Order: sequence, then C-alpha cells, then structure tokens
Amino acid sequence: MSLLHHAIELASEATTTAADSAATTAADAKAAAGASSAGYAYGLAAIGPGIGIGYIVGQAVSAMARQPESAGMVRTTMFLGIAFTEALALIGFVVFILLKFV
Amino acid sequence: MGSPFVTRLDGPAPEVEVARDMIRRALPAAPVLVLLCAAMWSVDGAISSAYGIAIVLGNLALSAALLAVTARISLALMMGAALFGFLLRMGVIFAAVLLVKDAGWMSLPALGVTLVVAHLGLLFWEMRYVSLSLAHPGLKPRRSTPHSRQPAAKESVAP
Repeated sequence: MSLLHHAIELASEATTTAADSAATTAADAKAAAGASSAGYAYGLAAIGPGIGIGYIVGQAVSAMARQPESAGMVRTTMFLGIAFTEALALIGFVVFILLKFV
Repeated sequence: MGSPFVTRLDGPAPEVEVARDMIRRALPAAPVLVLLCAAMWSVDGAISSAYGIAIVLGNLALSAALLAVTARISLALMMGAALFGFLLRMGVIFAAVLLVKDAGWMSLPALGVTLVVAHLGLLFWEMRYVSLSLAHPGLKPRRSTPHSRQPAAKESVAP
C-alpha cells in the first residue's frame, strides 16, 4: 500500500513538473515573440522616415541649387519636413519601448 | 558676382531660428504636459515627462545645429548630415531611454506619450507661424538693426 502511495506521489510530482515546464516554455516563447516583434516594429518604422528624409533633402538641395535666392525658405521647409518625418520614427520607437520594456 | 554653382550656403541659418523658436515656445508649455502626466502617472510620470521634453528639445537643437554647421561647409555634407544625423539622433534617443529605463522614477508610458505629443505639438505650433510667414513674407517680423532703421516720418502738426 505504501509503495502504491509513493508511486502515485511520484506520478503527481512528474505531472506538476511537466506542467510547470510547459508554462515556462510558453512564457519564454511569448517573451521571445514580443521581443522580436518590438525589434521588427522599430526597424520597419525607421525605414520609411529614412526614405522620406532622403527624398526631402535631395529635393531641397536640388531646389537650392536651382534658386539660391530662395534657399532660406527651402531650408525652413526642409527642416520642418525632416522633423515631421522623424515623428514617424519616434512613434515607432515609442511602440518599441512599450512592447519591449512594459 | 558669385559662382553660378551653389556648393554651400553662407549667412543666417533658418533651421537654428526655427529650433530656437520651438524651444522658446516649449519652455512655458512644458509644465502643462508635466502636470498632465503627473495627474495620470503621479510623480514618476512627471519626472519622466520632463525627461521626455528634454529629449525632444535636445533632438531638435541637435538636428538644427548639424544642418546649420554642415550647410556652411557643403551642400553634399548637409545631405549626409541629414541622413546620418537621423541615425545618430535615433541612436542618442535610444541610448538616453536605455540608460534610465530601470530607474525607479521612470514611467515608460509617460515618457512615450510625452515624446510623441511634445514633438508633434511643437511642430504643429511652429508650422502655424512658418506657414503664415511663407504665405505672407511681408508680415514676417524683422530684427531691427541700426542700418535698417528708416528715418521716422515727421508728425504733422495741427494748426
């Protein structure tokens, strides 16, 4: 009887350990998926502004080369355009820190 | 007569003026945002919000300084500075957040909200003035210098 009781206890412990291990694995998998998603979110969010800033500055340099007398106006608009485009990257960054660290 | 090929831009830098305007407007408005974050996330939120505002203003100032300095050297360098400056500033912001993310006073939601709201809010606020001065250049206030002062018209004296 004692032997049977011991066997049941051992089986119960094994079942609990397996359940804990499965829960840990699921939590780890979720954390890993969250981390990689955050990385993708930040990386993808930085691509668009990079292209946008390149386009803005390229067009601004072209405009300043054609009409140097309007350089002041072009530079003001260019600076604001860069800052607006950068806001997209900042939003991506905020999403990244909220996904990764919160 | 100057060279027909423009390779660099001398003279005053409009980026610096715009950034200075934005910082000047942000200083009185910042306590409002800090108080809002304090109401939502308590003292930690207020400190994190102030830190976020400092990051946004530093980012704008660094961007303007990079463009202004490089435009005086070469237009090609200015283009490079705009692109690599973007990477540099994103890296600096990332490092600034990474350094303090585990601090006891850090509230990441408050910091995130402040980063986005302060950046976009300041830009839209400045855009109002810039678009007005671009549409109506005559209305743009000019700094009075001794050379630009016009002689004051004589007042007509009533008999």
